[in-house]
Amino acid sequence: MNKVFWVMLIVLGLAAPWLTYPVFAMKLLCFALFACAFNLLLGYVGLLSFGHAAFFGGAAYITGHVITAWGFAPLPGILTGTLFAMVLGAIFGALAIRRQGIYFAMITLALAQIIFFLALKLPFTGGENGLQGIPRGTLLGVFDLNDSITMYYFVFTVFMIGFLIIYRTIHSPFGQILTAIRENEPRARSLGYNVERFKLIAFTLSATLAGTAGATKSVIFQFASLTDVHWQMSGEVVLMTLLGGMGTLFGPIAGAAAVITLQDELASFGSWVQVAIGAIFVVCVLLFRRGFVGELARMLKAKAS
Amino acid sequence: MNLDAILAQTMLGLSQGVFYAMLSLGLAIIFGLLNVINFAHGALYMLGAFVALIGYSYIGPWLGYPDFQMGFWWALIVAPIVVGCFGMLMERFMLRRLYQFDHIYGLLLTFGVALVLQGVLSNYFNISGTAYPATPDMLNGIVNLGFMYFPKYRLFAIVLSIIVCFATWFMIERTSLGAVLRAGQENPKLVEAFGINVPRMVTLTFGFGVALAALAGVLAAPIYSVSPLMGADLIITVFAVVVIGGMGSILGAIVTGLTLGLVQGLTQALYPPAANTVIFFIMVIVLLIRPAGLFGKADG
Amino acid sequence: MNRSLITAMCAAGVAAFGSTALAADGASNGSVKIGVLSDMSGVYKAIEGPGAVIAAKMAVEDFGGSVLGENIEIVSADHQNKADVASSIARRWIDRDKVDMLVGMDNSAVGLAVQGLASGKDTITMNTGAGSVELTESQCSKYGIHYVYDTYALPVGTATAMVENGGKSWFFITADYAFGHSLRDNTSRVVKEMGGEVMGSVEAPLSTTDFSSYLLQASSSGADVIGLANAGGDTVNSIKQANSFGIVQRGQKLAGMLVFLTDVKALGLDTAQGLQFTTAFYWDRNEESRKWSQRFFDQHGAMPTMVQAGVYSAVMHYLEAIKAVGSDEAAPVRKQLGEMALNDFFVQNGKIEANGLMSHDMYLAKVKTPDESKSDWDLLDIVSTIPADEAYIPISESACSLIKQ
Repeated sequence: MNKVFWVMLIVLGLAAPWLTYPVFAMKLLCFALFACAFNLLLGYVGLLSFGHAAFFGGAAYITGHVITAWGFAPLPGILTGTLFAMVLGAIFGALAIRRQGIYFAMITLALAQIIFFLALKLPFTGGENGLQGIPRGTLLGVFDLNDSITMYYFVFTVFMIGFLIIYRTIHSPFGQILTAIRENEPRARSLGYNVERFKLIAFTLSATLAGTAGATKSVIFQFASLTDVHWQMSGEVVLMTLLGGMGTLFGPIAGAAAVITLQDELASFGSWVQVAIGAIFVVCVLLFRRGFVGELARMLKAKAS
Repeated sequence: MNLDAILAQTMLGLSQGVFYAMLSLGLAIIFGLLNVINFAHGALYMLGAFVALIGYSYIGPWLGYPDFQMGFWWALIVAPIVVGCFGMLMERFMLRRLYQFDHIYGLLLTFGVALVLQGVLSNYFNISGTAYPATPDMLNGIVNLGFMYFPKYRLFAIVLSIIVCFATWFMIERTSLGAVLRAGQENPKLVEAFGINVPRMVTLTFGFGVALAALAGVLAAPIYSVSPLMGADLIITVFAVVVIGGMGSILGAIVTGLTLGLVQGLTQALYPPAANTVIFFIMVIVLLIRPAGLFGKADG
Repeated sequence: MNRSLITAMCAAGVAAFGSTALAADGASNGSVKIGVLSDMSGVYKAIEGPGAVIAAKMAVEDFGGSVLGENIEIVSADHQNKADVASSIARRWIDRDKVDMLVGMDNSAVGLAVQGLASGKDTITMNTGAGSVELTESQCSKYGIHYVYDTYALPVGTATAMVENGGKSWFFITADYAFGHSLRDNTSRVVKEMGGEVMGSVEAPLSTTDFSSYLLQASSSGADVIGLANAGGDTVNSIKQANSFGIVQRGQKLAGMLVFLTDVKALGLDTAQGLQFTTAFYWDRNEESRKWSQRFFDQHGAMPTMVQAGVYSAVMHYLEAIKAVGSDEAAPVRKQLGEMALNDFFVQNGKIEANGLMSHDMYLAKVKTPDESKSDWDLLDIVSTIPADEAYIPISESACSLIKQ
């Protein structure tokens, strides 16, 4: 069944700019990558981070800054942002994995809050105005990213690379150990695994890829703003993952698509977006804890047996 | 800074600290029994303030009695009851279904509830805040404390909050009712065997924790404006307070809340730019030195 | 999942990557569309929000519903205070729905993002909601117009009047971000020009709810005036708390740098009385403004803020410009807007400069006492008029790159 999803993903991914609006498709891919990165941590290690906006938004600001102020090309710019997210992830991870479960969530939330204040205060961020006017530039000196179709396929490539990294991680021996930790941490510990180290690596990887997503987003939209680092962003990525199905490979993509579409489509209905998002959260937690993709997989499995 | 200024900032810090103390106390009580971090705690604090506001300014005209106004003293009683009941419904019909699953679902559910509450009230009320003009006359005005002029109302809020906090502590740590509660935390099955209805006890406890938040909301209403987002940022600071304190003990929650209010007050005087971040920095330091928090037991 | 599939997919991705096609371009279209992009749910809701949509619709109605034989349409959306949401809505509007002009955009991050984007796509934006001078200074753009107020104009009248009335020494409580700093610096400039003195400033971090510590510092500085370089809930909270600590009663004055009508309403006259601030509009200023505002009130249930009235005025002048040049192309319309003298119930002596700044007369307002107020919305007295050339940055001093020196 996974094969069906892969084909769908690739066909839809390639055709998207003709099916929908390119910038919308790009935004969707960024958030999909963000959600997939987040899912690596929540779905496969069982750690709920409530501070992933720090990596997403932090990388967006760094990328924006190096491109605007230091004249970096888009690709090195995105890589710099990603690198920043990796370092930040390692630091946050080292602090947060000392505690588990709900404490872990609160600690990541509080740490991310520090990044929010820095994003507001540091001289290069533009404060509440955001870092504006980031040029898209040319990729490898050849592809003009101002063309939205070219930009789209660049973003799609970035997404696929990120997604494949996640796929490989999950299906590697490393991923197996992570799942073992999630299922039964004491047992994994007694088998001699250094649980803390595995968690830290997973956290850092998740942060890094979240950073890639944020960095790419700042190039697409040509700005980074406080929204990217606000704790509500951390909440949104949790919702995307939960809605699509945590611990499933494709779930977060579906979840991101649903949430982003909702935000865009409900915008013209005025002020009920927050309420709708909150209500979906509640319904999801109460009734569909497996999410779209998780429920679908279960139904198909039930039919097959 | 001279002594008077330090004393003045201490008073101001205290008047912020009591809110942290009340909120983290409620969170700690709920967490102790349910193992749920109530993300909606800030929203319920806000709801408490709104019950007071609506009771004073809106409910009369809505019901067709334009002259009816629920005064401040009534609000102090009514708002915690209303919000407490809301909390109990929430526990009974939503949270209870999640106890068998991972604790993070409780966090996520309450996060969703918080978004809904804030969203709905944002649709009807000004986000910049609405004045709550119902402070009773006897609490209006200023007292001269020698080192500063201090609003009577704030003094009242500090005293009442501290009384409520310590009364709660006494009830839980020193009475037989509290003993049952603590036993329920340790071993629900055993308590059940003694003929105590544990699920009902859990519901009531959740309602009580939430009522504390609502009481804090009513107390805050005359000081700050009543706004749909008044609890949204506060709750994150309170989470940091809770991490620092460690939630191991009721007393810990109270003491940490008050202390951090004082620290924040002094920062506002000495280095204002860090005033809203200082608690988060303290949290990082505490985590490095004592991962379980100041009052925490090993790991929760 | 097999490995060949991955290879195939990567190949397909790379192949498609090179291809470029389908660049949509804004061609001629059957109607004139105006997009109201505002905060319909957050902090700016009461200031702009749904009221702005009503104001825009009123303008279209009063204009007759059509221009150059084409229907005028209003579309609206909630940007949720997120620049990326605002930006994707704006792109969709401009590219797909052929929206000709965007109005609203309270929140400076949203304003700057949308203005930059729209100008790149030859679309006019008329920002009525945000205050940042950057919109017409360092980040000015070809088709971006800033219509109602900015952080330069706001302090002028307030500071001048207060220094003249004996408020020689000032202490600021500043919102610790770009907006607050800009207000504080511009106020300080005026205070010093008038021969006053700035005794200090304390920076209150974002999302401060308890201002008492800062108020205490301001109070013990002994300054005549405490300047509130903040906005919205911050201003409301600091005024309320200053009141409860008896600071005003002990003789110090408060000066609000950005106060909206809705803030005064939120504070109540008991608390706000005597407060002076600068505004671009007050509904009860003259017969014309009363008449329009009453119509607005009948639909919205609240009197218009300066921003909502500004939306009407902006849309009206935009439509008049289209009519005058006989086209809805951005370039000639923008040129025409720059040449028109703007005067209506909202704007007096208005002119849109080359950098996009709409300079116009501003007013110094004073909050009435409860005794003076005769009705629910009878809140302000207009004390004096600040002429356009004193209120706004002179075009000769503009740092905008569009102006050739």
